[in-house]
Amino acid sequence: MSSEALSTTLFLIFVAATLGITFWASRNTKTAADYYAGGRSFSAAQNGMAIGGDYMSAASFLGIAGIIALSGYDGFLYSIGFLVAWLVALLLVAELMRNSGKFTMADVLAFRMSPRPVRTAAGVSTITVSIFYLLAQMVGAGALVGLLLGIDSPAGKALTIIGVGILMIVYVVFGGMKGTTWVQIVKAVLLMTGAALITLLVLMQFGFNLSGLLGEAAAESGKGAAFLEPGLKYGTEAQGLAGKIDLVSLGIALVLGTAGLPHILIRFYTVPTAKDARKSVIWGIGIIGVFYLLTLVLGFGAAALVGGKAITAADKAGNTAAPQLAKAIGDLMFGTVGGTILLAIIAAVAFATILAVVAGLTLASSSSFAHDLYAHVIKRGKVTEKEEVRVARISAFVIGAASIGLGILAQGQNVAFLVALAFAVAASGNLPAILFSLFWKRFNTAGAVSAIYGGLLSALILVIFSPVVSGSKTALFPGADFSWFPLQNPGIISIPLGFLFGWIGTRMSKEYNAAKYAEIEVRSLTGVGAEQATQH
Amino acid sequence: MTTKEHDASVYEQVQTSQDFQELKRRFRAWTFPMTAAFLVWYLLYVLLSGWARDFMGIKLFGNINVALVFGVLQFVSTFWIAWAYSRHAAKKLDPLADKLRHEVEEKQ
Repeated sequence: MSSEALSTTLFLIFVAATLGITFWASRNTKTAADYYAGGRSFSAAQNGMAIGGDYMSAASFLGIAGIIALSGYDGFLYSIGFLVAWLVALLLVAELMRNSGKFTMADVLAFRMSPRPVRTAAGVSTITVSIFYLLAQMVGAGALVGLLLGIDSPAGKALTIIGVGILMIVYVVFGGMKGTTWVQIVKAVLLMTGAALITLLVLMQFGFNLSGLLGEAAAESGKGAAFLEPGLKYGTEAQGLAGKIDLVSLGIALVLGTAGLPHILIRFYTVPTAKDARKSVIWGIGIIGVFYLLTLVLGFGAAALVGGKAITAADKAGNTAAPQLAKAIGDLMFGTVGGTILLAIIAAVAFATILAVVAGLTLASSSSFAHDLYAHVIKRGKVTEKEEVRVARISAFVIGAASIGLGILAQGQNVAFLVALAFAVAASGNLPAILFSLFWKRFNTAGAVSAIYGGLLSALILVIFSPVVSGSKTALFPGADFSWFPLQNPGIISIPLGFLFGWIGTRMSKEYNAAKYAEIEVRSLTGVGAEQATQH
Repeated sequence: MTTKEHDASVYEQVQTSQDFQELKRRFRAWTFPMTAAFLVWYLLYVLLSGWARDFMGIKLFGNINVALVFGVLQFVSTFWIAWAYSRHAAKKLDPLADKLRHEVEEKQ
């Protein structure tokens, strides 16, 4: 049996199992709380695993391992930003949000403000962030599956994107939050097991001598000790000061973006109490932290055992480093049969990873459309629960279909920057509004609206006029040059602007409701009147 | 809405109560300085990665250099802060929050 056939078989088993779960979940999804929040009845450990499954995207699994394999230490910078970011969510956001919101990020913002403008702004920003992220994952799926299954034709890649898209739509439309959460839990277990297995084998190969592994990776890379130090990819000496400021900008966007990502925020609603939300984030930090330590070994292992030349020959960005390492270590230790089996396992895990993340993104954006824009803005709250869930399912279908179309059109484009952009928009537009509304007494409607639109537009405009879009060889439009902003990542400017817009907007308006602030403050800290888990 | 609409004045009474002010103080006095601390600690790491590469490249044991140890220390500090917060919350925040919640629920 070839590796392609074996990984296809493993993947089909995953698909069959998750479709079974989705069917079961659909029979238990009756109310809006079931559809949007899984009935709020997941345990802290289950939600912690789902947080890991939602967060560890193909970009962080394959992407970071690839960056480490090709550029050494700099990939680790990404892992650290992605992990430390969870402390912002743990200390400032998760519990207070669980206590004061219902289904979406906008629930917390709309609590003490004029609901329609605030929900419109939060809905627009939620959908923008989720679509950027979704598009990056869809294009990545086409490229990755193509590489792993040996499909080179654009038609084959388009078919892959359509297949991934249809599965994601089925999970979300039929399974809602319950189905999506279980897909993410299964994926987290598979991903952790797969990564741990390969890590263990690599360490065995080097006699559990980490220093030996690093030495071999550095020697094999041809860059010597510099391979183990920061500076080969981000803020290189050749890029000068702008490159180093860009490194800081990226670091800030990573650490502040997570707590503003809508598909992460809605996970806090799936547990019965704020205490469970806290415990689930701690579970998530444990899982994600261990996972990133494993990717460090995977990345350096790939550099040592596969080598940069073989990796770039398969994929220039290094995204296939982890699967190639699986093959190499299997070949070394168990012969070609072992290599074939390990490659198939890691390829199937990579598919599962993509599916779980895109399902979470589709759910977040369709929930926000149905709950914020349709039910509260268009229908002004005069809508039945049944009708709202029906609209959520239709919008999941439409968003899924649109992302399939866009994913096919954007094939072959360099869309990796979309993930960094999603983090920058989340940190610039969403985080200031969330933190101000939880902690600043004076904050009001004008402040929330200007924080969200101001942060969102600052990040977008700076990226449009950055070297990512034009004026460089790797740009989206390499032939044109209308760039004037020197940094790839806008965070260092756009995040402070988001906070500043929020502050100015608040000061310009006299609106202030002391009674409502008392309510959100008491509710968020004590859990009075928090939404309860549904009973079946 | 599955929850009851509350009389806003109840919340304003609770907000000014001594117990609630103590809960808020215990929450903010721990989380705000800790947030500032881990952000500064993280930013220090990013800045050293950009501007102190000779220092980051110093080898400590075999091929393991300062950069790697510093990076792993960010993991250690993150795990430690998560653990410390869950202890602080269970000891100092949860009992007071539960007490206040019961009091408000009885008033309704």
